[in-house]
Amino acid sequence: MSTGSVQTIPRKRRGTELFLLLAALVVGIGAYVAAELGYNGAVPDNLVQVAGGFAALALAAHVAVRLLAPYADPVLLPLVVMLNGLGLAMINRIDLDLAADNRPEGPFAGQQLIWTLIGVIGFVAVLLVIRDHRRLQAYTYTMGLGAIVLLLLPLVPFLGKNINGAQIWIGIGPLSFQPGEVAKILLVVFFAGYLVVKRDALALAGRRILGIDLPRGRDLGPILVAWLVSLAVLVFQRDLGSSLLFFGLFVVLLYVATERVGWIVVGALLFAAGAYFGYLTFAHVQARVTGWLDPFSDPDAYFQIQQSLYGLAFGGLLGTGLGQGDPTLTPFSYSDFIVPSFGEELGLTGLMAIVVVYALIVERALRVALLCRDAFGKLLAAGLAVAFALQVFVVVGGVTRLIPLTGLTTPFLSYGGSSLVANWAIIALLLRVSHVTRRPSPSAAPLAADDATQVVKLR
Amino acid sequence: MSELTLTLIRLGFLAVLWLFVLSAVSVIRSDMFGARVDTVKAPAAQQPSPAKPAKPPRQRRPSRSDRNTPRQLVVADGPDRGQSVQLGSEPVLIGRGTDAQIRLDDDYVSTRHARVATNGEQWFVEDLGSTNGTYVGAQRVTAPTPVAMGTAIRIGKTVLELRR
Repeated sequence: MSTGSVQTIPRKRRGTELFLLLAALVVGIGAYVAAELGYNGAVPDNLVQVAGGFAALALAAHVAVRLLAPYADPVLLPLVVMLNGLGLAMINRIDLDLAADNRPEGPFAGQQLIWTLIGVIGFVAVLLVIRDHRRLQAYTYTMGLGAIVLLLLPLVPFLGKNINGAQIWIGIGPLSFQPGEVAKILLVVFFAGYLVVKRDALALAGRRILGIDLPRGRDLGPILVAWLVSLAVLVFQRDLGSSLLFFGLFVVLLYVATERVGWIVVGALLFAAGAYFGYLTFAHVQARVTGWLDPFSDPDAYFQIQQSLYGLAFGGLLGTGLGQGDPTLTPFSYSDFIVPSFGEELGLTGLMAIVVVYALIVERALRVALLCRDAFGKLLAAGLAVAFALQVFVVVGGVTRLIPLTGLTTPFLSYGGSSLVANWAIIALLLRVSHVTRRPSPSAAPLAADDATQVVKLR
Repeated sequence: MSELTLTLIRLGFLAVLWLFVLSAVSVIRSDMFGARVDTVKAPAAQQPSPAKPAKPPRQRRPSRSDRNTPRQLVVADGPDRGQSVQLGSEPVLIGRGTDAQIRLDDDYVSTRHARVATNGEQWFVEDLGSTNGTYVGAQRVTAPTPVAMGTAIRIGKTVLELRR
């Protein structure tokens, strides 16, 4: 983790961001119009209000970045706005289908637009409150405690809600929220703060067995705790995706902090043990594995993944066109299974573009981590990047039958308020670290102010 | 809607989607190849001049650091005034501990307080998680900070300087 000899010239590039943002709005609003044209054959009546409202949100986020983080990365915000717009367009298109079939679900698009508003407000708030990400390091253990409290909240009687077999929701009145999404961010801050302090002990003390540096027993403590916590999430909340995410996140961050391959080996062994334990103990884990290996063995039990595969196959190379497929045949086509919906209507070509956009977001985040000069910022940015990448991998891999299906939201695309707000906050944090990293070094300023400080008494 | 229009919309949208992705990639590309300088090739530039400078960099003595390279780190003020260490290519550790190259007998200094290191053309001071902090001028050091010759590095009651 050393700073290279190559430096980036401080450039703001906010004009570039605005240009890309306008292109992203064209994609998002274009998808909305194209879906309505494909479905109804007419331009939607409320086009001006919806498009204007979404564009205003995106431009508000842009202005906030201009004022609060002028040196931040210019590509992240447009990529995110494009994904959010595509998601809204697809959810609206699915709403039309659900309404036509008189299905009890929905409509979702209006709520998702409100959640986008809340997400952008959260984005601005994070940029406004956190002026320097290094301040977060002071709250390392507070963040860790907060994350555990948030993870446990859904288990509290009367507050927790069981939706579709997973105890991961809290409900206050008519609102429901998934605290695990916010806990994810707090955990990244906690892991980064913890590992900055402990990484020397983790990296330097240990034995070398078969060419792999294995850590000492006493340093294994934290990874075992992370393992047990993620297993507890798996057992008590039946949330496979989140437990996989938390554990993978910690193992990768350990590797990034210590540069020791031993942690990956230890992590992989623990993961294998945990997964096997889960497979033996829980019927729902067994069902997921069978649905992955042989989804056509039982047409009723694995209906969802079968429909998802049929949808992707029906889409083919170029897709059916927005508004002209039948994505609603798959249950939860607006949330967990929104990726097959896109695969059906935009085809492999469109789905690849979406996956590339995710890859670009992760690349920009890892680049922030590479350029960042302080160790905490490096780990924070790398952690957020890994969390984002793991989530996309788990959900896209799950619905395309690369790995067993686990329920996680697709960042920015799928319907779900907690996920949207949390992901906007992640992007705000990344832009903050990016701004601090890319702005010109303030090294010359203290020279001029030197004389004034001579008066201060240092006793 | 005729079949032809719908097909055109379908293919057109895919084209717009990929145009967006490609323009994002080209911005990233210009960020990677067009916006950097190799500081090894341009050692004179203490702070590389921006292509579009937002404001001119405030440098009081721009030419001094490349004419003279610091040779020693001197305790200019404080209980251990007069101590010095020759600068090579190795980092210099400052603190109260026995492994420090500059051992300070100052209650406000941590055991391993700060480190002064070079990347070949410039010297940086880095705080090693000290209790009372390291200051360059009036600014508290939170990340490795470049120090010029004669700049006061304040650690506890001690002031250090880079000298020839």
